[in-house]
Order: sequence, then C-alpha cells, then structure tokens
Amino acid sequence: MSTELRTPNLGRNTGVPLDLDWVESIRVNRSAVERRTATLGGRRTVKKEWQAAWLLKAVACMDLTTLSGDDTAGTVRRLCAKARQPARRELLDELGVPDLKVGAVCVYHEFVETAVNCLAETGIPVAAVSTGFPHGLSPLATKIAEIESSVRAGAKEIDIVISRHLVLNGDWRGLYDEVRAYREACGDAHLKTILATGELGTLRNVGKASAVCMMAGADFIKTSTGKESVNATLEFGLVMVRAIRDYQNRTGFQVGFKPAGGIRQAKQALAWQILMKEELGAAWLEPALFRLGASTLLGDIERQLEHHLTGRYSALNRHPMG
Amino acid sequence: MTIAEIYESMEYGPAPESAELAKAWLDAHDGEFGLFIGGKWHAAAGGRFATFSPGTGSKIAEIGLATSNDVDSAVSAARGALEGWQSLSGFERSKFLYALARQIQKHSRLFAVLESLDNGKPIRETRDIDIPLVARHFYHHAGWAQLRDHEFGGYQPVGVCGQIIPWNFPLLMLAWKIAPALAMGNTVILKPAEFTSLTALLFAEICEAVGLPQGVVNIITGDGSTGKAMVEHVGIDKIAFTGSTEVGRILRTATAGTVKKLSLELGGKSPFIVFEDADMDSAIEGLVDAIWFNQGQVCCAGSRLLVQEGVANEFLRRLRLRMDTLRVGDPLDKAVDIGAIIDPTQLSRIDSLVKQGVADGAECYQPAISCDSGGWFYPPTLLANVAPASTVAQVEIFGPVLVAMTFRTPAEAVELANNSVYGLASSIWTENLSLAHDVASKVKAGAVWINCTNQFDASAGFGGYRESGFGREGGREGLYEYLRAKSEPAGKPIEPWVPKHSEVDVTHKQFIGGKQKRPDGGYSIGVDGNEVSRGNRKDVRDAVEAARSAAKAWGATSGHSRAQILYYIGENLATHLGTESEEVRLAVELCFAYAGWADKFDGLVHDAPFRGLIYTRNEPIGVVGLICPPSPGLLAFLGMVLPCIAMGNAVVAIPSETEPFGAVELYRVLDSSDVPAGVVNIVTGLHNELEKTLAEHEDVDAVWHFGSSEGGSLTERLSTSNLKQTWCSLGKDVNWRTPNYPEFLRHATQVKNVWTPMGD
Repeated sequence: MSTELRTPNLGRNTGVPLDLDWVESIRVNRSAVERRTATLGGRRTVKKEWQAAWLLKAVACMDLTTLSGDDTAGTVRRLCAKARQPARRELLDELGVPDLKVGAVCVYHEFVETAVNCLAETGIPVAAVSTGFPHGLSPLATKIAEIESSVRAGAKEIDIVISRHLVLNGDWRGLYDEVRAYREACGDAHLKTILATGELGTLRNVGKASAVCMMAGADFIKTSTGKESVNATLEFGLVMVRAIRDYQNRTGFQVGFKPAGGIRQAKQALAWQILMKEELGAAWLEPALFRLGASTLLGDIERQLEHHLTGRYSALNRHPMG
Repeated sequence: MTIAEIYESMEYGPAPESAELAKAWLDAHDGEFGLFIGGKWHAAAGGRFATFSPGTGSKIAEIGLATSNDVDSAVSAARGALEGWQSLSGFERSKFLYALARQIQKHSRLFAVLESLDNGKPIRETRDIDIPLVARHFYHHAGWAQLRDHEFGGYQPVGVCGQIIPWNFPLLMLAWKIAPALAMGNTVILKPAEFTSLTALLFAEICEAVGLPQGVVNIITGDGSTGKAMVEHVGIDKIAFTGSTEVGRILRTATAGTVKKLSLELGGKSPFIVFEDADMDSAIEGLVDAIWFNQGQVCCAGSRLLVQEGVANEFLRRLRLRMDTLRVGDPLDKAVDIGAIIDPTQLSRIDSLVKQGVADGAECYQPAISCDSGGWFYPPTLLANVAPASTVAQVEIFGPVLVAMTFRTPAEAVELANNSVYGLASSIWTENLSLAHDVASKVKAGAVWINCTNQFDASAGFGGYRESGFGREGGREGLYEYLRAKSEPAGKPIEPWVPKHSEVDVTHKQFIGGKQKRPDGGYSIGVDGNEVSRGNRKDVRDAVEAARSAAKAWGATSGHSRAQILYYIGENLATHLGTESEEVRLAVELCFAYAGWADKFDGLVHDAPFRGLIYTRNEPIGVVGLICPPSPGLLAFLGMVLPCIAMGNAVVAIPSETEPFGAVELYRVLDSSDVPAGVVNIVTGLHNELEKTLAEHEDVDAVWHFGSSEGGSLTERLSTSNLKQTWCSLGKDVNWRTPNYPEFLRHATQVKNVWTPMGD
C-alpha cells in the first residue's frame, strides 16, 4: 500500500484494473461509522452569513430532479425554469449571487430532449437516469442502448444503477465489467454510478461496491435511486467518501459524490456539506465533485435564505414552485 | 466577510454559544461564593480565591477556601443528617435522586455553559457528553436507592463520605461520587477541584431547590489543604478520590490503619491497539475521541497508540491528515474540537514532556493552530517512533499528546499494552472479534473498549487495575464502595486441630514453587515444643517470584478445573489429617464451599443505552500476599487461601505464628491435590519480619492482613508504592466458621468491563 499522497490527478477518472486484494482488504465497522456521523453534527455547524453562503453553494450543487411516473414535458419544462432561476431574483441579488444556477437537471430518458432544449445556453447540464432505473434488471444490451440514446439526446451525465445481485453475491468481476461497459457507452458524458446502498445489505458491501465502481471508471458514485426503502443516510455517505479518499490516495483520481433520496431539508444539505468538507476537503463542496440529488429540497433552502435576509421565518408559498 | 466571499472560500465561521445566562448566574452571586454546609450557605473561614476561565485566562469568580474548621462543620452536618437520611425508605431516597436528575436536565444548558467556561472544555462535550451522563447517573441510581434493601441484604451504608474530585470532569465526577453514595444511604461532603468548583455550587442550589434534607450533601470548596483536612478527619468513614496517582498514594498513607474505607480512581497510560484488520478510518476517529477528547485531560485517555507494524505507516499518514482538520479554539464555539488546557502550569508541563519526547527521539507532528483569545491552548500532538523506554511512553501527560509505537503479533501487543504501572482502560480495534475478546481478556485494565473508546455509563463499573487505583464507580459493582458488609458474630469457639506427636524428628521447611525448601536464613522458631522454619525477606522474595510465574496460567485455568482441584484438596485434607477435630471438618467444608464457588462467581451483562454487549469479568488480581491471624491456625489459613486461588490468584501466605502446623501440614496435601507449583506458597516465620517485605513488594498486587490493628496499619501504609489493594481486619474478629463467601470472593477479584458494539 502506498504511504505517500499521490499528486492529485485533476483529469477525469480513467479507471484502473480491477484489484481484488484491494476490494477484500476493505473493512467497515458499522458502530464506529454511526458514531462518527452521529457526532459530526455536534462538532461542526455554520451560522448566519456562513449558513446562507453554504446553502447557496448547496443550490449550485443540486441535481434538481423529477423521476415520477406521471412526469410530462410540461412538468419538466417547469423544473428547468426553476433550475435557471432557483430562487426569487431579488433574494439572489440581495445575497450577492445573482447568477446562481443549479448543478444539473435530472430526468428520465424520455424527457432528456425537452430538458436540453429548455436549458440551452444556460450551461446547466442534463442528467439522465439510465440502465433500467431504478432496478437495473433489463437486458445488458438494452441498458447500454439506453445510455447511448440518452447521450445522443444531449445528456451530459448518465446516472446508472448497478446490478445489486452482483454485490450481494460478491461478484466483483461482474460488477467491474458491467460498470466498465457503461463507462464506454457514456463516451464524453459523465458516469454517475448509483449503488442503491439501501439494498446492499452491509456497509462493507457499500465500501467494496464503491471501490469497484471507481476502478471501473465512475466519475461520481451516488447513494440511491430514491426508490429504495432506505436512501441517502450519512452512514452510507461516510463509507463512500472514505472510499473516494482511499481511491484518490492510491490512484490520484478525484471521484465525485452524490447523495440522493430523502434529502428534503436545508439542515440535511448542510450536514452533507460538512461531511464532505471534513472527510474530503473543500474541493468536494463544488459541483464538479459534489451533487445533491433532490426534488423538494430547494423550497426549504429558499425559505431559509429569505429568513436570513428578513429575520422572519418564511413560507413555501412565497417561493415559486418548480 | 460578505456572503459572496464565503460562497467562494467555503470556510467555517464563528458559532458562539451564548454565555449570557451563565454570566447572569455568576452576577446574581456578585461573582462570590461560599460553602454549602448543612443546607445553608456560609462564608469560608479561609477567605476566597479566584477561579479563571481557561478559554480567556480571565478571572470569572471568587470561591471560598474551606479550612479544617469548615470541614469540622461539614462533618457535623453530614453526621447529623445521617440518621434521618437512613430512616427514609428506599422510595423516599429514590424520589430525591430522581428530582436531582430532573433538575439537571431542566437546567442542562446552564450547567453545560458554566462547565465549559470554568473548565475550558468545548461546549460540545459538556452539552452532548458530560451533562447527559450526569443526569443518567442520577436516574440510574434513583433506581438503586429503591432496590438497595432487596439487592444488598447483608450490607449497610458506610456513613459519612468525604469525596474529592478532579477538575477534568467536574460535574460528572460529582455525579459519580454523590449519586451512589446517596442511593446507598450515606451522607456526603464533596470537595470539587480548586480550578473548577462552579458547577458543584450550582448543583448545591439544586439540592436546596429539591428540598434535600439539610446536611445530606455538603459542598465545600478549597485547595489541597481542605482535602487534607477531610482525609485526616476522624468523623469521616470513607474517602473516595479521583485524581492523580501521586495524590492517591498520599491518601493511602494518610488513611492507613484508620478503618476509613478508601476508593481511588487514579491515572493511566491507556493503550489504544490497532490491528492490521481494523477499520482504519474508524480507528482514527476513535483516536480523536480517545486522546483529543477534553484536550487529552482524561484519566482513561487512549494515550499510547500501538499499531501493527505492517499498517503503521499508512495509519499514521491518515492520522496526520485527520489531525489537520481538528479545530482548536474558543471552548464556547460550537464548531471546536479542542478547547483550552486547564491552567498555565499544566500547559507548560505538557510542553516540556513533548520536548523531552522529541529529545528522546520521537518524531513530533503538530498541526498549526492559532488562538488569540488569551487562553491556554495546546495543539493536538503525535509523537511517533516512541520506544517503551522513552519517558513519554511511561508517564501520564494529561494533555492532547499521543505517543505511537508498533507491534508485530497479538502477543506482543498485549505485552506492550501491559508494560505499564497503570491499568485503567484499553481500546482494541480489529474486525476479528475472536482476536478482540482474547486480547480483552489479557489486557490489564478495568475498562476495555472494543472498536470504540471512552464509553461511560452509570450501569457499568469504571475503575483501574494496578496503580490506576481500586474500587469501581457505576454499576452494581460500584455500589459496594458505599456499603459495608454487616458484621456477623464470630460464633462459639472452634475446637482446634492439634498436631499429632511424632517420635521421629520432624522438619517443617517452607513451601515455595511447589517444593519444600530450607529457609534462606537457616533458623527455626520453636512453637509448642516443635519447630517451624524462620523465613526471611529472601524467602518472601522467592515465594513472590514463584507465585508470579504461576499466576498467569492459573488465572487462565477454567473455574471448573480450579473447582476440581479445590475439592481434591478437601478430600486429601480429610484423609491426611482425619476429621476428628471440628477445625478440620470445617476446613474440609470450606474447601467444598470455595470449590463450589470457583465456577460461579461470574460476571454480569450490563444494560446501558448502548447497542452492544457490555460484559463484566471478575478477574483475579494476580499475586496476593496473605498474613494470617493467630487462630484458628488451619481454618483461617484456608479461609484466606481458598477464595484467592478459587478465583485464579497465586498466593504467598504467612501462617499464624502461634498455630502454624496446620498450614505446614498442607504442603503434602497441596502436593497430592494437583495444585500447580507456585499457586500456593507458604512462608512461616515471625510476622513482623515478613509482612513488611510482602506489603512493600512491587510485584505483589494485593495484601490481606487479618490480625492486629498495628500490623494492618503497617500493611496499609507500606502498600502505597505500587498501590496494591489491601484488606485488613485491623483487630476485628472474623467469622471463620461461616464466612461471608461473596465478600471474600469480591476481594479476591477485580471487575473488568468489556464494551463491544454490535452491528454490521
């Protein structure tokens, strides 16, 4: 094991050959992980201007998402409008960040084109969930074709789901090959691998799956689809960001992290940001390496930002819906 | 800074906890405090002294300096309150403890802020750890108050307790002292540390508010002279002390021979052992909680890192990175990890020890810190490449300084872990639980934390082995410190066994290491027309040596095997001496009784708010020296030896001077009963020539002296160097006919609490 920090390689993660010794050396102690996440909120906090600034940064890192069975082109257009103007204009002006935009808009393949059109010239990328989202059990060829279609439709980011059975049965080679194939299908589009952590059984599996996905060339590792019964917990997040740190130390590549599912409140966003800063450093507070997958979080952040400016607690109906 | 600037830098900002209400409380007292005696506030006879806030270095209040006259008043108040307090039912006492718990919860933030101001520890710790544990301690002991009569039938309260606590956990140590004392029906005089008296004074106001009967709790502030007056006061029945080993030794000496009960919770140099298969990042967080908790000013701080050699470089690399993100600063900032050191003297002591470590060859790592508040700060410090021979590997630094060394095998980890005069706590990190529990059983420490560290709860006993002190605080095991066994009448005299006259000259040697050995000095003593060897200090030395080599294996022998050997002793005793005399019949019965106990004095599983298993082991103390009373020569000898060896100790026993023949007859009995060599060693001779050597011997872990008050006092006084546990009858009669077995077994063991979290 290398003992010196590799020079950070700021290029895109190319992946590395599958290293099963590395995978098998991964140890995770659940109680100790829980202690760290339970106490982190007591160790760090941001108040006043700092809190406002951090929440604005959370908006910039947000993958504003709609993944409902009843999505239509109309709802997607509405969401894109919110992505371009994530809070009331005068609020952003007063806070000193008039050009604030969200990190990306995340939709099903069906609406990639709609979103791309709505966001033309904003610089906001469109992300497509893919590979038989959320279960990931479609035929491999179908899943690869799905990625290729979304990339052709203009998606710059592809959020794939891994096949959970490969993890549950310890088939790390199978997982590696699968993710490698997705990576190739993505081409220049960024690959975000959803581990569906709530379905992997143990935190050790979460750690191992994180490492294998990064070895296979993931640009981001992401916790959940939002459809599992347990979604983005700080425990899953801690195990994953520690895996990112280890991967960077061994390979020099910086891999991004995206928690998603169940993040609805501003204070949850802050907890995730604190986790990133403490465990990985400030680079992982920027949209290049950190995204928050969320659909209703923005509304709560808008209320907190208004409260910061007025000193009065705000209401949801004061903020335009997405 | 503007929001847009912060948006770019993404720094943390200040997050101050308001001290407004705590300052208002201080102002309401004009910043001046007296003593709480007999339910009333009095000015201290010794005037007042200033107390400072370590975070800023500025004075925050003046507190009273209690003199010996004040101690007299407090003792009278506590003595006067005793009868009334003890006449209350358990339920009534329970209601008071419950009310104290409730009051602490209701004023929890005031306590937390005041504690942080006074001590310099981060508000996060007082708010999230200290004060919740304090409330939990009173709740838990409210239960014990009511359960006492049912659960501790043969015991009674000790009486008036003098309690002296340190500055590192002011209110928590108060809770650990006061809650069990009150629950068991004692009254107390508590002296907080001179640096940190304020929360104890606020606690006194809570005692007033809940209507605690006057005199049940007395809080007197002061310095070392106040503590000295308490320790020397004849009206105090028990001294409970938490603090330095150095002061612990002074207390041991001062209370020797006074029949004062004594419990000491002292220093440590606790190992933090990381095996190659540990969850390394979690172990590093564990270290943060182990050595950078309360600025490392924690008696059980994991201050000695032992890491397996193959992963050491990587582990230390990650550790240094983690140290860079620790935030040191204003204790009242909610986003600070490490606050201020208690006072400038301590700060310079830490600094000079670190310099000493570097001079001894350690590699020092300290992240840069900047604290310009005027307070007393020290950076988190790692001293790597430290050898056991280095001063910093041996002494308690009591600061945020970790020393690191490596090991190759589990056996070497245990050897290094135990290479210390202390034995307070230990933390073990591995994902292999077979290994973890094995190491847990071998480490000499009262608290063992597997894959966790610095865990405390009211339901689990805390306290040390070796020079970390004796007695436990918390749990069922901790309550015995505030109880005394009810004395039973000795009963009618026992018809003695008398040695048969032999026509052939008989030689009685010493029994050392399983062999009969001539006494080193070559003298004998005549007793009743016969002779026994006159042992000297070298015979004691050889006997201790033999006991030490036998102790480890015997301690690891199963209770079942030890039981079989004890039964066999009984069997052979009956055959060898015949059962005509009552003394031999009782001795055989005693063998059977302790054989029966050998595999039944087992541990507990504690129920703490902790997802995991907390189990206790009643472990042997090690090598126990036994000085036997004059009579009954055989029965008392076995009455002391058997509980010790039943629990896995090896003994060096000095039989009665006047009735030694029963003990020397045992040589053959022990020989033929499969007792391993060295487990029982017998040195006959004159007590005043032998007991001093035994009491002073640094490799003896405990001494029992049953006999005269003078001999017992001497034993207690001479035992201080390595703080061996002592049990002295000080001239009181003991019932050897039907002994209080559990009481003997408790003295023959020390409780280890092992914490294992669950969850995968």
